[in-house]
Amino acid sequence: MKLFSQKGFYNTTIPDIAKAMSMSVGNMYNYFSSKEELAKFAIKYSTNILAQELREINNKDITSKEKIYLFVKNYLKNVQQSPEVIEYFLRVYLSNREVFKQGCEGFLCVGEFVTEVMILLDDGATKKEFREQEFFPAFAMIMGCLGGFAFLSGESVLDKDLLSYSDAVSENIYRALKYDN
Amino acid sequence: MITKNKPTVVWFCAITCNGNTHSLLSANANRFELFLNSFDFIYHPSLTVDKSLDDILAYEEKIDFLLIEGAISSNKDFSTISNDSTFNLLNKLALKSNHIIAVGSCASYGGIHSKFRQNSDVCGLQDALDENILKTLQHEIVNLTGCPVHPEWILQTLFTLKAYGKIALDEVGRPKELYGSLAHHGCTKNEYFEWKIEGKFGQKEGCLFYDQGCRGPMTHSSCNKILWNDISSKTRVGMPCIGCTESEFPRNDMLETKKNIGIPHEVPLGISKRAYLSMSGVAKTFKIDRLHKKLME
Repeated sequence: MKLFSQKGFYNTTIPDIAKAMSMSVGNMYNYFSSKEELAKFAIKYSTNILAQELREINNKDITSKEKIYLFVKNYLKNVQQSPEVIEYFLRVYLSNREVFKQGCEGFLCVGEFVTEVMILLDDGATKKEFREQEFFPAFAMIMGCLGGFAFLSGESVLDKDLLSYSDAVSENIYRALKYDN
Repeated sequence: MITKNKPTVVWFCAITCNGNTHSLLSANANRFELFLNSFDFIYHPSLTVDKSLDDILAYEEKIDFLLIEGAISSNKDFSTISNDSTFNLLNKLALKSNHIIAVGSCASYGGIHSKFRQNSDVCGLQDALDENILKTLQHEIVNLTGCPVHPEWILQTLFTLKAYGKIALDEVGRPKELYGSLAHHGCTKNEYFEWKIEGKFGQKEGCLFYDQGCRGPMTHSSCNKILWNDISSKTRVGMPCIGCTESEFPRNDMLETKKNIGIPHEVPLGISKRAYLSMSGVAKTFKIDRLHKKLME
């Protein structure tokens, strides 16, 4: 993921990846039949890490507001500690759609994560913590906000530590969703 | 007058719109003829019979099958038949009956009448019958829920009880054979459900679960297996299932799907929301051109 994120999908070769993994090129092909297949596996792997974390948060007996705060904090920690995971999503997955159109179209490779976002929103709306609205505007607001922050962090333009923005980002997301009294 | 070699059937109309009577009279003609030849249908208030309700009450022999249509109330200010309450009449009739069958949702649970706020006393048979009378019956009360009941469900229940003396019931007293599966089973729109393609009211294309409030995937009934008029069903012609065989019927806003931020509030019976959302997300990814076209251009 690091190589793909830094060099770009087309500039990265299987020999580059094999070398970074200290594996022979032949052995790499035992695991992945092509660079495209490796790229698809990588997006499933990286979003499933986020999905697993959000599932654990969704299963907690806390308010939806607290869930948002926890999710944002976890996400920003991921950006800080494993920037390649989010970078891969932004710079490879979103930027090279032709690579992913066979087998990773739509929600196919990111389905588990999208499902957990749905569960978060549905639970909040059921408990009247979130207001009623259409799914995609709510989904895009959350993901756009988080993706934007990962981009700003990747470009090193933030003047403070990334995690210090966690509560402010969470508050913005929560305010966009919260139930109107 | 009464030929004792055939079991007797009495149909009592309590607080009702007579929808189940209409349904019975719309039965398949051959099946209805078989019913009339197999049973002695001695009383129905809407049919021409040679007995009154008082005659039936005075009649010494036991009634083999007492069919009740409509909800029950002891409050005479709201409903009386022959100057008596439906509650009293039901208990008098039940005392001399071997089998009791609730025909329709009102007889089973009180139905729409139990939502009437000015009379809190409206209920279904189970709550209206004296416990001692229940013990004298040859069989538990059979609840044929539905608004109305499919005529074949009535006939099949009577034939089964006549032939075998018992019928397997679910936990709310409905015959398992008729209510064991969901209205969704056999719906001709299932392919649209699988691929999450929304439909509009009154059209043959598209699924009505997403917007129109269809309860097919969470309603126990055989509407799409034993077809109405032997031809069709509500869902097949673009009318959402409104869940009329379940105890919470009638609900508010029955023709719309309750959603939370675009996500269905209720998902198909027995399926976790997480599982349903995962499957639907995958299905929605694919655009099946054939299913987005009219069946006949």
